[in-house]
Amino acid sequence: MSMYTEYSTKLPKKIIDEVKESVPENISDSKLKKVLDECVREFENSQVEAGEAVGLVSAESIGEPGTQMTLNTFHFAGVAEMNVTMGLPRIIEILDGRKSLTTPMMEIYLKKPYNKGDNNIRKLALAIKGNRLRDIVSEISIDIADNSLKIVLSKDKMREIELTEATVLKTLQKSVKNYNVKMEGVEISLKAKSKETTLNDLYKMKEKVKTVHMSGVKGVTQVLPVKRDDEYIIITAGSNLKDILEMEEVDATRTTTNDIFEIEGVLGIEAARKAIIDEVFKVIESQGLNVDVRHIMLVADTMCTSGVVRGITRYGIVSQKSSVLARASFETPIKHIIQASLIGEVDNLNSVVENVMINQPVPIGTGLPKLRIKRQK
Amino acid sequence: MEEENQPSKEEVQEVVKEEKKLEKIEPQEEYVYKQVKSLIFSVLSPKMIKKMASAKIVTPELYDREGYPVDGGLMDIRLGVIDPGLRCKTCGSKLKECVGHFGYIELARPIIHVNFVPVILKLLRSTCRECGRALVSKTKAEKVVDAVEGEEEEVAEKKKAHKSVSAAGIAKCPHCKARQQKVTLDKPTTFMEAERRISPIDIRARLEKIPDEDLSLFGLNSTSIRPEWEVLTVMPIPPVTMRPSITLESGERSEDDLTHKLGDIVRINQRLFENINAGAPEIIIEDLWDLLQYHITTFFDNSLPQLPPARHRSGQPLKTISERIKSKEGRIRHNLAGKRTNFSARTVISPDPMLELNDVGVPREIAMKLTIPERVNEWNTAFLKKFIQNGPEIYPGANYIIRPDGKKKKITDETKESALEELQPGYVVERHLMDGDVAIFNRQPSLHRMSMMCHRVRVLPGRTLRLNSAICNPYNADFDGDEMNLHIPQTEEARAEAEILMEVQTQLISPRYGLSVIGCVQDAISGNYILTKNLTVSRGEAIDLLMAVGITNFSRLPKKEMVTGKEVFSVVIPEDFSFKDEHATIEDGKLIEGVMDRNLLGEGSGLLLRTIHKKYGKDFSIDFLGKIFRLGIEVLFRKGFSTGISDTDLPENGKNEIKQSLDDAYEEVKGLIEMYQNNKLDSFPGKTLRETLELRILEVLNKARNKTGEIVSNTARQDSHTMIMAKSGARGNLLNLAQMAACVGQQAMRGKRIDNGFNQRTLSMFKKGDLSPVARGFIRNGFKTGLTPAEFFFGSMTGRDSLMDTALRTPKSGYLYRRLANAMQDLRAEYDGTIRDSSRKIVQFSYGEDGIDVSKSENGKINVKRIISNIV
Repeated sequence: MSMYTEYSTKLPKKIIDEVKESVPENISDSKLKKVLDECVREFENSQVEAGEAVGLVSAESIGEPGTQMTLNTFHFAGVAEMNVTMGLPRIIEILDGRKSLTTPMMEIYLKKPYNKGDNNIRKLALAIKGNRLRDIVSEISIDIADNSLKIVLSKDKMREIELTEATVLKTLQKSVKNYNVKMEGVEISLKAKSKETTLNDLYKMKEKVKTVHMSGVKGVTQVLPVKRDDEYIIITAGSNLKDILEMEEVDATRTTTNDIFEIEGVLGIEAARKAIIDEVFKVIESQGLNVDVRHIMLVADTMCTSGVVRGITRYGIVSQKSSVLARASFETPIKHIIQASLIGEVDNLNSVVENVMINQPVPIGTGLPKLRIKRQK
Repeated sequence: MEEENQPSKEEVQEVVKEEKKLEKIEPQEEYVYKQVKSLIFSVLSPKMIKKMASAKIVTPELYDREGYPVDGGLMDIRLGVIDPGLRCKTCGSKLKECVGHFGYIELARPIIHVNFVPVILKLLRSTCRECGRALVSKTKAEKVVDAVEGEEEEVAEKKKAHKSVSAAGIAKCPHCKARQQKVTLDKPTTFMEAERRISPIDIRARLEKIPDEDLSLFGLNSTSIRPEWEVLTVMPIPPVTMRPSITLESGERSEDDLTHKLGDIVRINQRLFENINAGAPEIIIEDLWDLLQYHITTFFDNSLPQLPPARHRSGQPLKTISERIKSKEGRIRHNLAGKRTNFSARTVISPDPMLELNDVGVPREIAMKLTIPERVNEWNTAFLKKFIQNGPEIYPGANYIIRPDGKKKKITDETKESALEELQPGYVVERHLMDGDVAIFNRQPSLHRMSMMCHRVRVLPGRTLRLNSAICNPYNADFDGDEMNLHIPQTEEARAEAEILMEVQTQLISPRYGLSVIGCVQDAISGNYILTKNLTVSRGEAIDLLMAVGITNFSRLPKKEMVTGKEVFSVVIPEDFSFKDEHATIEDGKLIEGVMDRNLLGEGSGLLLRTIHKKYGKDFSIDFLGKIFRLGIEVLFRKGFSTGISDTDLPENGKNEIKQSLDDAYEEVKGLIEMYQNNKLDSFPGKTLRETLELRILEVLNKARNKTGEIVSNTARQDSHTMIMAKSGARGNLLNLAQMAACVGQQAMRGKRIDNGFNQRTLSMFKKGDLSPVARGFIRNGFKTGLTPAEFFFGSMTGRDSLMDTALRTPKSGYLYRRLANAMQDLRAEYDGTIRDSSRKIVQFSYGEDGIDVSKSENGKINVKRIISNIV
């Protein structure tokens, strides 16, 4: 065993683990040493060379298969699956650093006692589902004579999610200001406090009141308990990582969302980086393409190095470049040149495009090493 | 970058200066190496504009009667020359030597520069209208200065600090206590203060009052700009060389868009001068002033949303300065970031299996136009003289000789003799392309680095560029009319880099996934599959086969009357090669088990090719690839290989089985629909009843189609060529076969069965609300039996949909790629193994967490198992 620790500085852990696993048990020490030495040799031989344009290689590796990806992928053979954006649109969405996703989604893992058994899962799932007023009403009408809103609740739906009329009333009273909320027989009435309320205001109020959050977790619009391997997990449409992680039943170590900004907010930038890698890799894999993780890692790292997630857009990473010409060669050149002239910006010609523009060797690859010679007199 | 009419100036600092003497003979050539170290951007001051101008422009006229440029006109020859024969009055050089010189005009009234309007607005709003100080208290000002001056601070932080200065809503100046008024912008260039217009004269006066110290509060650099420069009093006139006129066939001159615009400006400016001097009424002066403002605004930017664009007489908008710089066709992306080269060729490509993989066949015609400069020395004088002797018309000839002083001489029948005589060491001969020269071969779209590889030239008869069909893959080329480009590197450095870094064999392993990008395709796979499956040939035939492939050593072929295909294939494999995976076993250079198919020989799949590359190196593997490829094709040459409709024939029992299974599915769907209509269907969680029904139907139909696929693959003739292609992975798959033979299957759009079209039905031939498979796009027939009209229609619906998909995807993914490339192009691996960007910021401490270069790995990993099995 000590043999492995000896090599722990020379080889990454992943390779040592693989050696440990695949080596025959009765291997002699000398042979094991030979194996490890050979691993070290190959490992060192396959290191990147200085000057390698790794960024461009990564961009190529993701950009090139982009043309082969399908635009609209939907799961369609699998029966009760959630509808998730995949393919090129999803990759663009992630790399753009878009704040609002087309299909936010969570995978909620549960702690030990809760992740078995079918019945409890259903209950838990329903408890997670965010219900708004519109989900539990059977009718909302406007009483023009009385200048008020009348809400009739649906008893069936309320029973299903274990909600009582009293709590509904309470939450409404709390969230609706300027209106008197009262119980009138079977219906709840909302009457404006001020006399000047017009019919138009009422219409607006009607739309607004429909979206009042009643129970469950805000933002979760659909829940689906699914059996994965030998445990039950809950897949949701709509995402609210913070509130879900606070729940007692949830296994916070495995639960994830596909909303990168939410992960950044709740778990921090390192987690966001990992989320970008996982999400992009998932899409590429689902398309049956072979792209090495390293390329995706590099993209994720460039998006995250500044400490916040920045998209690969003219407002994101590109705006952070130090060179005026590099920024100008991307998009909106006039804006950048004007701005540069106001600040009196200096372009030190450190990166690639500027040097291409003025016909000089680029500081990458064979352009990186410099030769210093004594001048002959 | 002479293109500098933005009032921003780039000073070029010459830093490294080195002189070098080259030749001993006739050392008239002197090389001066200069390197631009940095560019500084700033705004031109009126003084600077006058100083750098070589002429004052006073008249809108261009030419006099004789067609000679007018002095003081826009085509003044002090601004440079565009006519052959004339000399520039400023620098005395001729056409093409003179880079052009700026002129200027004195504006009668100040004019606001459109591009600075936002800055002017900000300055007017947040400085005092009386004393010109920034409307910020002293303490706050200090805070901002502190934030800005922190050297290492991020740009964004600074911007934030500057933003906090804009003091909307401050009513009183903290310095002189003067009352402030709200300044608004009436786009594009009119500033209003309390409903009254501020004239550019007043604006300039106010900007003049802002003290230098306060400028840094707004993010302006007082060394590069004074705010009043943003209001023009003099305007630079760009040199004629950047707005050349063209002479039409009729002898008429057609001026450049910029010249037109400048003509307008000068004319209106003169009128304005005259009117002011004549004491014209204020209204007329104002009108002219506004007109001048319009002309100057559109001179800088002719695509402002608030202004009607200035147009030609024909009605098409003028292309002025902003439009020249902007966008894909603009100066920056089209001319500066992308360049065109000489010594290149482009033509249609065609395949030639007899070429080596790293060869490119070049038509003789092209080879006689593309040249390679070769320097004459003692040892090659005789060799090079032969080329001169041949001249430009006879093939291995030469087109030019270059004297050591840089003079280029064309070789013709007349000059041939003198050229031969004067040739001596130090001269350069531009000789025709020959076999073995290096060339860079490229096919657009150049999506990855394998789209530009270095090949060896083979000069061939014919008029197309030729390549071995095995390397179509990395270029993504086919021969349906594709064209490709060829570039000939002209210096020793370029040739060395091309050979060492770009040659085909160096690009074998993809940096995307660490496997071979070149493999067998189509016929080559079918051939190898047939060969290794269960073919036996006589020893004679085997030798014939191997000879055709290029193998002359048959000692490894078993000395038997009949040899198996596996034994033939084994001859190509190196003797000490062992390999084992789930598809094949090779022991000591013998194929023991397994059939060569796409999983083993295909591009980007399987470790077989990768392992060979690892063990024997790039040159061996390229040769190996070429051999297997040819072997596959040669097998087919001898066996024959074609497909026909009869390949899809099914036996009677198979047909019945298919019919049965489809009928069953139809029944089942019918049952489901009935259940749905009687409300007996259980809905899936989170789905409506209708959605559930659709899902269930889809499931049933898919199962049925898959089953027909199975039946087809079990009952169809196993030795048909279509089947061989599908099984070996050469082309097509079993699904395609099933679609031809039995059932095309459900046509889906957006993951759903086809719905809509007409009211409650897909086509008018169906009943309303018909949910049956037929009415919702299930194609029951196969392509061979033929589709019903409705089925055909559904099929073309999805066909159209997928065409659209491709058409939309290409630009989308192209833009994504451009953004990625732009964002990451300057990341590089440093000598310490870190990945850094151009400002030396660390992005990764170690590339991909372990520093492994994917193109040196095996599918992204170190192959531990191989190492172990080699040692143990």
